[in-house]
Amino acid sequence: MRYRYFPGCTLKGQAKNMENTTLAAATALGIELVELEEWQCCGAVFPLYEDELISLLSPVRTLAAAEGEPLVSLCAACHHVLKRAQELMQRNEDARHKVTEFLEIDYKGEGRVLHFLEVLRDDLGFDKLAEMIKKPLEGRKAAAYYGCLLLRPSKVMQFDDPENPTIMEDFLQALGAEVVKSPYRTECCGAYLSVTEEGVAADTVARILDSARKAGAEMLITACPLCRYNLENCAAEDGKEPVKVYYFSELLAEAMGLQFDDLMAKAIERRRSSDVGSS
Amino acid sequence: MSAAANKTRLVEEMKAQSGQDPSQCFQCAKCSAACPVTAAMDLLPHQVIRYLQMGMEEELLKSKTPWICASCFTCAARCPRDLDLARMMEGIRLSMLRCREGNKFGPADLTPEQLEKLPQQALVSGFRKYNK
Ligand code: SF4
Ligand code: SF4
Ligand code: SF4
Repeated sequence: MRYRYFPGCTLKGQAKNMENTTLAAATALGIELVELEEWQCCGAVFPLYEDELISLLSPVRTLAAAEGEPLVSLCAACHHVLKRAQELMQRNEDARHKVTEFLEIDYKGEGRVLHFLEVLRDDLGFDKLAEMIKKPLEGRKAAAYYGCLLLRPSKVMQFDDPENPTIMEDFLQALGAEVVKSPYRTECCGAYLSVTEEGVAADTVARILDSARKAGAEMLITACPLCRYNLENCAAEDGKEPVKVYYFSELLAEAMGLQFDDLMAKAIERRRSSDVGSS
Repeated sequence: MSAAANKTRLVEEMKAQSGQDPSQCFQCAKCSAACPVTAAMDLLPHQVIRYLQMGMEEELLKSKTPWICASCFTCAARCPRDLDLARMMEGIRLSMLRCREGNKFGPADLTPEQLEKLPQQALVSGFRKYNK
C-alpha cells in the first residue's frame, strides 16, 4: 500500500512524536508513506468565504503534488483543510480556474485525500490491524476525543457519523484497550481561542476532561496537536484524577511493541528509502 | 457609507461568497443550544442571524460573538435548515478585518512562553483568522 504523505508544519515541530510513531507503525504494517517533496504549511484554517483565494494556494498546490495518488496526513487540521480545498476545487469552477492558473498547475480535484486513521480502517482494516498487535493495551481505559475538524462538515469530510462516530473507538478496540465512551468526545476544545481567549478554552477543556473522567477514562486519544495542547494546558486540573492525552499513533506504536529507539531508527530509515524511491 | 447600503453589501456578499442566506433561518435556536462557547458571547448565535435578517449591521460589527466563534461547525451540523453559521461568522469577521479595523492579533500579542509552547498550527490559525 503506497501513499503520498503530507506531514504539515506541526508534525515537524511540537508534534514530532505523532510523526515518529506513525511512520514507525506504518512501516511495520506495510504501509508506505512517501513524503511529498518541498511541501509547505497547509494554511491551518480553511477559508470560509470563497473569495479568500490566497488561502487556497498552499493546500491546492499540495493536492496537485500528490499526482493523483492517495494523499495521507496525520494532523486533523491539515486533513480538514486539504479535504475541503479539494471539495471546493471540484465544486467551484471559477475558484479552480483562478487558483490553478495562478499556480500554473493542472488540478481538477482528483485523488483520494485520507487521514491515516481512514487508511487503517478502510484500506488495511481494523481486523487485520488487531491481528498485528503484539502488546495489546489490556485493561487500559482509553477514550476517543474526536474534536471538530475530522468530523465536520460531515458532507465534505465523510470521515464518520458526525454525531455518533466509531472510528477511534474501533481503533482502540483493535489495539486491545478497554474502550470508554465519553459524551463530550465530539465537542470543540476551543481551538485557537486558547491563544486569544484563554478563559473560553479553560471552560470547554474542563467539560471535556471532566466528562472523560466521569466515564472512567484514564486516557484520551487525539489526532490534533492543538486539541492536545489545549487539553493539556488550558484547564485547572489540580487535585483531580489525571486523564492523560496521547496521539492515537503513540498508542498504536506501543501496542505494536515498537520501542522508542526502534521508532526513531525506523523513521529515519523510512525517510532514506523514500528519498531513494522518489528520486 | 449609509447603514442601508452597508447592510445590502454584507448580506449580498455573504450569499455570494458563502452561499448562506440568513433569511432562510427560522430562529429555532438549535445552533445556540449546540454552541460550546456561548458563555463568552454577548449575542447568541441565532441572535446574530436575527440581526443579519434585520439588517442591524452596525450592532453586529460591535459584537464580541464573531471573535469568540471557534469555527467548530457544530451549529451547522445541527441546523434543520442546513445553514452554515460558521461561514456567516467568518463573513462578519472579514467585513471588520477587510474594511474597518485591520489586524486584530499578531506575534506581539504573545508572551515568549506562549511562543515556545504553542503548536505551530495554533499560531498559523490564529494569525490567519485574526489578520488580513
Ligand atoms: S494545519 Fe497544521 S499542523 Fe497542519 S500544516 Fe497546517 S498549520 Fe501546520
Ligand atoms: S439552527 Fe439554523 S434555523 Fe435554527 S436558529 Fe440556528 S441557523 Fe436558524
Ligand atoms: S461554529 Fe461558532 S457559532 Fe457555531 S457552534 Fe461553533 S463556536 Fe458556536
